[in-house]
Amino acid sequence: MHNHQLVNNVMNHDFVRAGLVFFFIIFFLFYVLAVIKNNKLRKQWPSYRTLFWTLGVFCSAVSMIGPLAEKAHVSFTAHMISHLLLGMLAPLFIVLASPATLLLRSLPVAKARLLASLLKKKIMHIFLDPLVAAILNIGGLWLLYTTDLYMLMHQYIWLFIFIHLHLFLAGYLFTTAILSIDPVIPQKHFWYRSLVLVIALAAHGILSKYMYGHPPAGVPLKQAESGSMLMYYGGDVVDIILIFLLCLQWYNASRPRQYPVSHNINSL
Amino acid sequence: METSTAKSSAPFDNRYNFTARNSISGYLFGLGFVAFFDEAVFHQLLHWHHFYDKSTTSIGLISDGLFHAFSWFATIGGLFLFADLRRRKALWLVRWWGGVLLGAGVFQFFDGTIQHKVWRIHQIRYVDNVYIYDWIWNITAAMMIIAGIIITVRTKQKAKAAKHA
Repeated sequence: MHNHQLVNNVMNHDFVRAGLVFFFIIFFLFYVLAVIKNNKLRKQWPSYRTLFWTLGVFCSAVSMIGPLAEKAHVSFTAHMISHLLLGMLAPLFIVLASPATLLLRSLPVAKARLLASLLKKKIMHIFLDPLVAAILNIGGLWLLYTTDLYMLMHQYIWLFIFIHLHLFLAGYLFTTAILSIDPVIPQKHFWYRSLVLVIALAAHGILSKYMYGHPPAGVPLKQAESGSMLMYYGGDVVDIILIFLLCLQWYNASRPRQYPVSHNINSL
Repeated sequence: METSTAKSSAPFDNRYNFTARNSISGYLFGLGFVAFFDEAVFHQLLHWHHFYDKSTTSIGLISDGLFHAFSWFATIGGLFLFADLRRRKALWLVRWWGGVLLGAGVFQFFDGTIQHKVWRIHQIRYVDNVYIYDWIWNITAAMMIIAGIIITVRTKQKAKAAKHA
């Protein structure tokens, strides 16, 4: 465990911590400023989206700075809590905040057009395909926990940063591809998204159970057991929300024409 | 629920137009409910089932993961279909229950025979005379399947008779 000290020391350095706090505050303020600008010129931006953005930034920050993040360097269980926050819960909140739409609305027209045309590029469509996003997301987890990558992550700071960035970005890509709440994101067919979601959730569950019996290199058996159960059931909680939101989209889209408004979800 | 579109038929008849959807909603909810019951009661409350069993085959692990994931989707999706049937005034509760019993029974039977015994994902309880548990488990499943089939066939006949009348 000597090598654990290396990344641990860097991440717990006051300078690095201050930098991270600064980064998260900037990240948060960007959105708030865009909302203020948008509300002056256009239709009011719903306040629940700002709330989701706050929660999303908060979850990411808690996973990277503070007592949990410090513990995550030495305890696999704490590591798993911080990964659930950074890789699943934070992306869900961020997706519900529709940041891409807000960005397009608040940029000057020329720049917004440029961004919109970039989003329409073929390469973006490939990355935003639910299946590709799922492979990047869950495939990354398989690589991390079934090879020596998890051990190496604690030795090389650049690997640590890359893996955590990937975890969040792949989580965001996957969640946004499945839910397609942000209108900028191309919406695939409900059945395709459902199928990919079930397979991805299954691959996540299979990996958790596999890790219970085959701990990643350098992880003590007891920690691997509690960590993998946390991954299994914690993943379920977020996935239940994803499934609910996806089914709700189907429910609203398949509303029979002859019963226009009175039969929505609230009448149940 | 005041809708004034009863031109062609009374809203009560709409359930005959959605016999399949009533069954599918039932199958999904039944499967999901049994999986949820299994997780909540046998894993979490009684601690009879184990999270991981060293003798699990790979295919058992994969099958367990797939069914676990699908069962959440089935529970939630089945209930949304139920809500959809209600707003269409097409809910046929008896037929829906037939679907629930069939879905629950088929999954429990598959779990009790293939998953527990052949792929050995875990046993019902880690005791010497586990075969007694296995028999009770699978007989319960078989009874649910038989009851589900009877209800499904009977309601289907009723729907056919009503359509021809």
